[in-house]
Amino acid sequence: MAANPIKTIVLVLTGAPRADRVVPPSGHTATLTTLTAAAMAFLAVFALALSLATGRLADRWAGALAETATVRIAAPADQMAAQTQKVLDVLGTTPGVTSARALGGDEIKALLEPWLGPDLPVDALPLPQLVEVTEAADGFDAQGLQLRLKAEAPGATLDDHMRWRRPLIASAERIRFLGLLSLALIGGASAAMITLATQAALAANGQVVRTLRLIGARDSYIARAFVRRFTLRTLLGALAGTLAGMAAVALLPPAADEGGFLTGLGFAGLQWAWPLGIPAVAAAVAFLSTRAAAFRSLRSVR
Amino acid sequence: MIEFHDVSLGYAGKELLSGVTLKLAPGSFHFLTGPSGAGKTSLIKLCYGDLAASAGRIELFGEDLANMARDDIARLRRRIGIVHQDCQFLDHLPLDENVALPMRVAGLETDEQALYELLAWVGLSGRATALPPSLSGGERQRAALARAVINSPDIILADEPTGNIDWDMSLRLLRLLTELNRMGKTVLMATHDLNLIRAAKSQVSARVLRIQGGTVQLAGADL
Ligand SMILES: Nc1ncnc2c1ncn2[C@@H]1O[C@H](COP(=O)(O)OP(=O)(O)OP(=O)(O)O)[C@@H](O)[C@H]1O
Ligand SMILES: [Mg+2]
Repeated sequence: MAANPIKTIVLVLTGAPRADRVVPPSGHTATLTTLTAAAMAFLAVFALALSLATGRLADRWAGALAETATVRIAAPADQMAAQTQKVLDVLGTTPGVTSARALGGDEIKALLEPWLGPDLPVDALPLPQLVEVTEAADGFDAQGLQLRLKAEAPGATLDDHMRWRRPLIASAERIRFLGLLSLALIGGASAAMITLATQAALAANGQVVRTLRLIGARDSYIARAFVRRFTLRTLLGALAGTLAGMAAVALLPPAADEGGFLTGLGFAGLQWAWPLGIPAVAAAVAFLSTRAAAFRSLRSVR
Repeated sequence: MIEFHDVSLGYAGKELLSGVTLKLAPGSFHFLTGPSGAGKTSLIKLCYGDLAASAGRIELFGEDLANMARDDIARLRRRIGIVHQDCQFLDHLPLDENVALPMRVAGLETDEQALYELLAWVGLSGRATALPPSLSGGERQRAALARAVINSPDIILADEPTGNIDWDMSLRLLRLLTELNRMGKTVLMATHDLNLIRAAKSQVSARVLRIQGGTVQLAGADL
C-alpha cells in the first residue's frame, strides 16, 4: 500500500485494468463481497462508537472519583483537634490514600456559603471538621478504613458517596474492551470471508489459471487480477458501509454522556476521524487475505 | 535443449514410462508417435514441468526441472511454445487477445501487424474477434498453435496439433513449424499422421521418436 491513501484508491480504481481482464468478471462473488464489506464496516462503526463512548465515560468518572472521599468529624470542640490529628494519622498509613488534608475554616465557610449565606459566623457554629482524601487510582479498602477511623476517632465518618460509581467504571471499561474485541472479530470474519471468496473465484476459474500457467504466467501475475478485484470491491463496500454507519450514529438523538452511555453513543470532535480508518483497514485486510489465499490456491496448479 | 536421463513416470502406482533417455538438440525437429495411451501427452507434459518424473532427471535449457521454484518454471515456459492436446483458452477473451496473451503475460508489447499476419497464416483472420467457445475443433488447434509461436519461443512442443484438421491446412501448419525450425527453433510434435511425417521429411531433417512399451526409441528410416 502506498503511503498516501488517496493515491492508492486512485491507483486501484484506474490502474492497469488490462491485468484484470485475464480473469472473467465474477459478478456474483464480487457483489456479495461488496455487500458483506459494507455490512461489516457498518457494524465496525458501531463497535468503534461504543468503544470510544464508554472510554470517554470511564475516563471522566475515574477523574471525578479521584478526589471524592471526605472524612467528616463531629466531636465536642475540645476533642476536635485531637480527633482530627488521629484521623490524619490513620489516613497517612492507609494503603491507597495518596494524601489527606484538613480543610481550614475559610474553605468550609466557602463550601457552606451557597446554602447559608455569606454572613455565616463559622466560629460560633458547631461545624464538623472536614478532611479531604485523595485516592490512588485503584482506591482504598473503604470498609476497613471506616472501622479503623471509628476505633481511633469516634466522631469520624467516611463519606464515600461517589464510591458507587466504581463498579460502573469497571463495566464501562469492560464494554470498551468488548467493543474493541468486536472490532477484531469483525476484522477476522472479514478476512475469512474474503479468503473464501477468493478461493471460490480461483476454483471457478481453474481453466483460466491452468492456461495462464501454461503460457508462462507467474503466480503474482495471476494473483494480481484477483487481489485488485477483491481489494477494490472491499474498499468500495466498506466506504459505503462506513458512511452509512457514521450517518446513523450522527442521527442518534443527542444526549449528554452523563445521561448514560447508551444515549451518549457516538463520536466527539476529532473522534469523527476514527471511523474513516475503517475502509482503509478493510482494504488492507482484503489485500492481504486475497493475496495469501491466491498464492495458496495456485500451488495446486503446476 | 531438452534432456531426459533415465526418466520414469507412473500414474497411481502404474508405470507408464520407464528408463527414458533422450536428447533433443537445439534446432532439431522430432516427431513423437505411438499408439493412443502410450504416453505421448505425458512425455510432453514432463518436458515443460506440468508432470514431475517419478525417477530420473529432466533438464530444460540445461536446468534441472526437479524442485524448481514456480517462478522459474514460469520463466522457462516463456521460452517454450506449447500446443496442448485439449487446447484451452480464456473463454471470455476474443481469439486475437488469446493468441497475444503470452506477450501480455511476459510484459511485452504486442506487435499488432505480426499478430494479424500470424492469424492469416493459420487461416483465422475472419475469426479474430470470436470467443473461443464458438470455435470449431480445428480452429481451436490453429489458434493454439498461433498462440504457441507468437512469442518466438526457442522450443515448440505441439501435442497433435493437426488432429482435427484437413490435409491442406495440416500442411500449412507443418510449414509454419518447419519454417520456425529453419530459423533455429527446436520442435517436438506428437502425431499419429504418418503422411504428415513423410511430408515433413521433404522439408526438414526430422527424426521420429516412437513410444512403445514404456520406452522411447528412435524409429528407423523406413517411415
Ligand atoms: N492424470 C492421470 N492419471 C492417471 N492416469 C493417467 C493420467 N493421465 C494419463 N493417464 C494414463 O496414462 C496413459 C498415457 O496417457 P497419454 O495421454 O500420455 O497418452 P497419449 O499417448 O497422449 O494418448 P493419445 O494418443 O490418445 O493422446 C493413458 O493410459 C492414460 O489413461
Ligand atoms: Mg495425447
